[in-house]
Amino acid sequence: MTPILKKTFLFVFGLSLFAVPAFAQVNVRVESSSVGPRDLEAQTGSSVVRDYLEAWQGMSRAMQGNQPSLLDADFVGVAKEKLANAILQQRQIGVQTLYKDESHDIKLVFYSPEGLSIQLVDDVAYEVTITDSQKLAATQHVRARYVAVLSPTESRWKVRILQAEAQ
Amino acid sequence: MNRCSAILLGLAVAVAPLMAQTSAVQIPKTVSAGSSFSIGTTGSGDATLYIVGPGGAFERKVQLGNQVEFGPSDITTAGHYSVFVVSSSSTESAQFDVVASSAPASISFLAKPSRLPVSLHNGISGVAYVFDIYRNLILQPTPVTFQLSSAEHTPQSRTETTRDGVAWIKLDSPASAGSTQFDATAGDVIAKRVIEDVPGEACNLKMSAHGSGQRIVLQTEPVRDCSGNAVPDGTVVTFTETYNGEETTADVPLKRGIATTDMPLHAGAVISVAAGVATGNEVRWGAGQ
Repeated sequence: MTPILKKTFLFVFGLSLFAVPAFAQVNVRVESSSVGPRDLEAQTGSSVVRDYLEAWQGMSRAMQGNQPSLLDADFVGVAKEKLANAILQQRQIGVQTLYKDESHDIKLVFYSPEGLSIQLVDDVAYEVTITDSQKLAATQHVRARYVAVLSPTESRWKVRILQAEAQ
Repeated sequence: MNRCSAILLGLAVAVAPLMAQTSAVQIPKTVSAGSSFSIGTTGSGDATLYIVGPGGAFERKVQLGNQVEFGPSDITTAGHYSVFVVSSSSTESAQFDVVASSAPASISFLAKPSRLPVSLHNGISGVAYVFDIYRNLILQPTPVTFQLSSAEHTPQSRTETTRDGVAWIKLDSPASAGSTQFDATAGDVIAKRVIEDVPGEACNLKMSAHGSGQRIVLQTEPVRDCSGNAVPDGTVVTFTETYNGEETTADVPLKRGIATTDMPLHAGAVISVAAGVATGNEVRWGAGQ
């Protein structure tokens, strides 16, 4: 497995390597060697990973600003409803959370036969900081394994399911 | 160390991994969605307990040293949660996971395509995501039975176990045309789809010809696919007459399973018939016919 590269998204598809421009200081490693049953083109794989990582940024902005509308660009279905509900709960108790992802170890595990869903497992490290309008500010470092299912939409892949798996 | 102490130490070691705890917060490492649980605190004085995660945000005023109880309806979204217990003098934190309950309550079942030709190898695909009652993806392996059935043929059935919440299958389309029911079953939950199996391409295309004045009348036998299903009316059959290096064609839709037309009669003309990828017999019109 290729080592993690700092400040660069490095995608590993079989034996081929390609990099796309970094937009954050996030370590990313991707493995797609076991994905199936549908063949995964490298371009599709890189689009899925790019859109998934952008979804983390979108989630962080939405949770930090307590604005469910910021989820629209990256999430659909159950994932969007559950995240929006979490944001409403944050509003009710008067807190915000900031999710700062530090590293992703992504494994693409399932690409459906008809091409309408792709699933990945992500061992992600992130910091979550809770704040309110008063003095509260507490940070916790988290390592968790997330399962995500993405579906193609008009212009991009959107996250339909985002759920942490107990370790 | 006496025997009793050794047993107690052993118990402590065995229990410790089950709890995600800091000096001030004791919490189960995993909680099933929609179940009761409690969080233990130590110390004294007032504090505020926060639970936050992508699945929700909760706040409780607590007296340190007491247990904080959560009921079945409090946390129903599976995911990873962070716990912060904030008092005037300190902030303690812990983490825990909420996992989906193991009982399937719904299936997101994607069956494709909705219409396809008969006898197509691996032509039908089914993908099933299994959810609990709170619409959490059940990530523990769960058997899903896929079944393809219709009145005309013996059901095809296969059980696949979910991996990371998803099970999938590919099946051959039945040999006979008509509606086929495609089901996915997990536990007591069943998701049903209907697939329309339509006849395939024409097969063994045959035509006959007879003269009628200055015309030659051409007519196919009833057009069927390779499984014997009648090819639907409207399917275009092409008749081609070649004579003296010139071609004349007539595209004719099937009507009641048969295509018929007439073309100029020329002694020595060669007439062929085709539908889709299937070509039929040729007729060579002799001078004496």
